[in-house]
Amino acid sequence: MNLKVPTMAEMMAAGETPDVLFWVGCAGSFDDRAKKITKAIAKILTHCKVKFAVLGTEESCTGDPARRAGNEFTFQMQAQMNIQVLNGYEVKRIVTGCPHCFNTLKNEYPELGGSYEVLHHTQLIQDLINTGKLSLIDGGTFKGKKITFHDPCYLGRANDVYQAPRDLIESLDGELVEMKRCKTNGLCCGAGGAQMFKEAEKGNKEINIERTEDVLESEADIVATGCPFCNTMMTDGVKNFNKEAEIQVLDVAELIAQAADL
Amino acid sequence: MIAHLVFVILALVSIAIFSWKLSSIVKQIKLGRPTNRTDRVGDRIKTMLLVAFGQKKMFNRPIPAILHFIFYVAFIITQIELIEVFIDGFTGSHRFFYHAGLGSFYTFVISSIEVLSVLTFIATLIFFARRNLIKIPRFTSSDLNGWARNDANLILLFELLLIIFIFMMNSADEADKIMHSNVGYGFAVSQYLGPLFFGQITNMELLHIFSSIGWWGHLVMVFVFLNYLPYSKHLHILFAFPNTYFSNLNAKGKFNNMESVEAEVKLMLDPSADPYAAAPAAEAPQRFGAKDVQDLSWKQLLDAYSCTECGRCTSACPANQTGKLLSPRKIMMDTRDRLSEIGANNFELNDGKSLLGDYITPEELWACTSCNACVQECPVNIDPLSIIVDLRRYLVMEESKVPTELTGMLTNIENNGAPWQFSPADRMKWTEEN
Repeated sequence: MNLKVPTMAEMMAAGETPDVLFWVGCAGSFDDRAKKITKAIAKILTHCKVKFAVLGTEESCTGDPARRAGNEFTFQMQAQMNIQVLNGYEVKRIVTGCPHCFNTLKNEYPELGGSYEVLHHTQLIQDLINTGKLSLIDGGTFKGKKITFHDPCYLGRANDVYQAPRDLIESLDGELVEMKRCKTNGLCCGAGGAQMFKEAEKGNKEINIERTEDVLESEADIVATGCPFCNTMMTDGVKNFNKEAEIQVLDVAELIAQAADL
Repeated sequence: MIAHLVFVILALVSIAIFSWKLSSIVKQIKLGRPTNRTDRVGDRIKTMLLVAFGQKKMFNRPIPAILHFIFYVAFIITQIELIEVFIDGFTGSHRFFYHAGLGSFYTFVISSIEVLSVLTFIATLIFFARRNLIKIPRFTSSDLNGWARNDANLILLFELLLIIFIFMMNSADEADKIMHSNVGYGFAVSQYLGPLFFGQITNMELLHIFSSIGWWGHLVMVFVFLNYLPYSKHLHILFAFPNTYFSNLNAKGKFNNMESVEAEVKLMLDPSADPYAAAPAAEAPQRFGAKDVQDLSWKQLLDAYSCTECGRCTSACPANQTGKLLSPRKIMMDTRDRLSEIGANNFELNDGKSLLGDYITPEELWACTSCNACVQECPVNIDPLSIIVDLRRYLVMEESKVPTELTGMLTNIENNGAPWQFSPADRMKWTEEN
């Protein structure tokens, strides 16, 4: 299926303004697994007739991993160029598919001259359900399934968003179960702070293995995340325990898209 | 009369030494770079009331929270008795408030202090056990080896001595009063301890001596403790309050902006900038990031002195839990140790040593996932992550010491706007794929 996703440039040329810019992110654009999450989000937005657009080829890394890695120059280059593009299109509202983009755009761009209303995709989807624009089909997709939510650090502790993804999971016909470490006590998947792009330092265990043990203990059938990097780490962790047949790792957007039969 | 004089000299000398030491610490903290933490006064007061006075974050772990709360309340209420001890010392009276005609209210206050003191005594023994017998992991890990472990036990010993001495005084006074008038003061605990320990003594002078030993012992311990504070993790009983007041009130995910880099990049990107323009008036160029304590902000240095080494940060750290070298607690202890080294060394900054390298190694820094668990956990709102990031910034921007894989990631971002080697032209490909 080809998704018709307009770019900001196309919208502008047609004299239109979208209600929200969908900031896809690098993982969402290039990583094969994360692209599926991107499509789920785009399908939900399209289905709900949200007037949205993407930057397409004009999008560039927010600079998050550069700043966390200590390279402020690369971060500033990325941030200032992105802000020029965003301000050029007079963007007011942004939804992101990644908590790292979300955090950077929401918290770190304003003092550089880029102030927008920034939402994580779980927040926007929750809003679509609350306002009746999206209804889930009670098709028993997740009947009897235990679903746990792994809090991405940059969504949870970094920005205090704990409820929106949980409300979405609770709107499904499955059961939300919590891991022993959740919300403010949630354990990192091991990818943040630019760790995604390097080997871990010497230790006696990988962080994603430690976290996957929490998942196994929760006896969940599905691990839901809201971050493409957490998704990678948890998928690897589940594979490490040879549990990929029993435990699925899915983004909350994918769960909702499935439940809405999109 | 001699006792009177000894008291006054002791009090003045110990307060003077403490003030001198405290002023050195304040001077050390002021070595830090400026950061604005004086805005949003209302939010700051609220944070301080909740986190420091209310100890909100302690209650994530209920058992130590309750034990610690007993200490805290006992410490505050005991100040009333301490005021009396001081008045008695200065005026040469004994139990000034009692003789001031406070009557049953006096008995009530002293009784409350006694009950809290007994609870504190028990809590102290439990704390001893948690550290030395039950060996709770965050109190036995290697980052506490050496002085830190002794410091913790010494504080507990001081607490016990303080309590033993005050009960000695109260009990001897009870026995004395019962001997005189058949009725004691009726203090909640020492009305029983008095007859128990001193009931057999019929010599009034001897009772007075015991009472005096209690009074002097308690007083000397107060002075010892006061002057021990600046060298100890116990300084948190004072610094927790300013430290929470000056908390970071932004979202935890927001890293501080480096204005110098922002300005430089702005110039680079500005097509109308004059490349031949004279450089702005020469200020001594600041280091990018932090190599040593004076490159950190004063708040980060205040953080270091506020740390009580409880280890909640380290026990929550994903890197530490999986055997990596990083311990956020050690980051704070190292920062304090380095800062007090400079203070002890007459503020000589160029001693050939630095926080990065001599105290903290790059391996520790590169283990951090920036997950904010340490920041979340800290009961007094210390931010170890910001120090880790500033040290990383120095490594990367001043010394180009970047882990090889990260060099690739950074190059990709600079070349093609993504951490991986993909062409920006392919950013829309996901729309065409199934």
